[in-house]
Amino acid sequence: MKVTTLTINGELVSASPGTTLLEAARENGLDIPTLCAIEGLSTVGACRLCLVEIEGSSRLQPSCVTAAEEGMEVRTDSDRLQRYRRMALELFFAERNHVCPVCVANGHCELQDRARDVGMDHVRVPYRHPDLSVDITHERFGLDHNRCILCTRCVRACDELEGAHTWDLAGRGRNTHVITDLNEPWGEALSCTSCGKCVEACPTGAIFHKGSTVAEMEHRRDRIRFIAQARGKKEWTP
Amino acid sequence: MSAKSKNRTAPKPRPRIATVWLAGCSGCHMSFLDLDEWLFELAELADVVYSPVADVKEYPENVDAVLIEGAVANLDNLELLKKVRARTRLVVAFGDCAITGNVTSLRNPLGGPDSALHRAYVEEVDGNGSPPSDRTTVPELLPKVLPLHQVIKIDAFLRGCPPSPAAIRELLEQTLSPPSKSRSKKDTP
Repeated sequence: MKVTTLTINGELVSASPGTTLLEAARENGLDIPTLCAIEGLSTVGACRLCLVEIEGSSRLQPSCVTAAEEGMEVRTDSDRLQRYRRMALELFFAERNHVCPVCVANGHCELQDRARDVGMDHVRVPYRHPDLSVDITHERFGLDHNRCILCTRCVRACDELEGAHTWDLAGRGRNTHVITDLNEPWGEALSCTSCGKCVEACPTGAIFHKGSTVAEMEHRRDRIRFIAQARGKKEWTP
Repeated sequence: MSAKSKNRTAPKPRPRIATVWLAGCSGCHMSFLDLDEWLFELAELADVVYSPVADVKEYPENVDAVLIEGAVANLDNLELLKKVRARTRLVVAFGDCAITGNVTSLRNPLGGPDSALHRAYVEEVDGNGSPPSDRTTVPELLPKVLPLHQVIKIDAFLRGCPPSPAAIRELLEQTLSPPSKSRSKKDTP
């Protein structure tokens, strides 16, 4: 099998053809922080946390959607990247009303984890404090737009694994938000099978089991990889 | 500051620390009180010159370090915060309301103070409520609740809702114990 050889943070690593820089790094024990990427779903490069520097290119590239190529020289942890990652995280917190101490996902939140990882102790830009709604029309699940970071994991889980495509994005720029069916209340979205994959995929407290209160919502995110893998390898086919 | 370095044999002046309670639930101060018997040790190390748990009316001059709990929600908070900054060397944003606005800032998406008062006194009450008509007995609300660092310069951030007693203790010990660094440079003639 042909192998791609490249350098990440000065170390020579090899990757099988078709892997992304993120996969190549992780296969070689180097972690790159991510939010929108989740094992089992396609990658979209939405959160910008996994940006890396590639020698010879002045533009930073999202490693989750950039193919590993022969001879590439990649840096994943320069001062500049760390500065940008912290700024991206601060912007996430400023964009909506996260208010961690009263969030269902407090303590089990990937946004919170990433902020802690980079040592974010305060947000330097002003908070926007938008007036956003909570949709609890579904029988079993709830959607809190205040906590959503627009990673589109729910959209992809619903489309790629469940095949229902109940979720999508509407609006542009800061008005972008997730919707169910044709922007109907979730409880009235006929395409929803109530499978709960969107709940398990959500990195924050935006999608949750109804009835969970502060810090009680623990997403089982490994279920997404489990389902994708079982389906890919036809483990469930007799 | 002036009489500090006159005599080498004079005992070192005791550090002067303070705690301030702005717009928060007092949970950070409860966590501070949860330091229990270590508070006796703290009393050995420093003078607590202003605090909601000490009966002092006016924030004093020449304070070495202050922990400020709560966000900036009204004119009183704003006035006191500026005074505290002017009179204190090390200002610590103490807990999540001070750092992010947190629960205190949940009124911000509602719009200005009038909408917040309407929500609290009219929409969320049983029977007929009305917002307080006399706006002079309680401090005037600011248009938006702000974290401290949007108003004054902050020297350290102590996260948590509330910060754990262990974290508070560590910060105070770090602030009070190394006399070799920032304090002594100024104090040496």
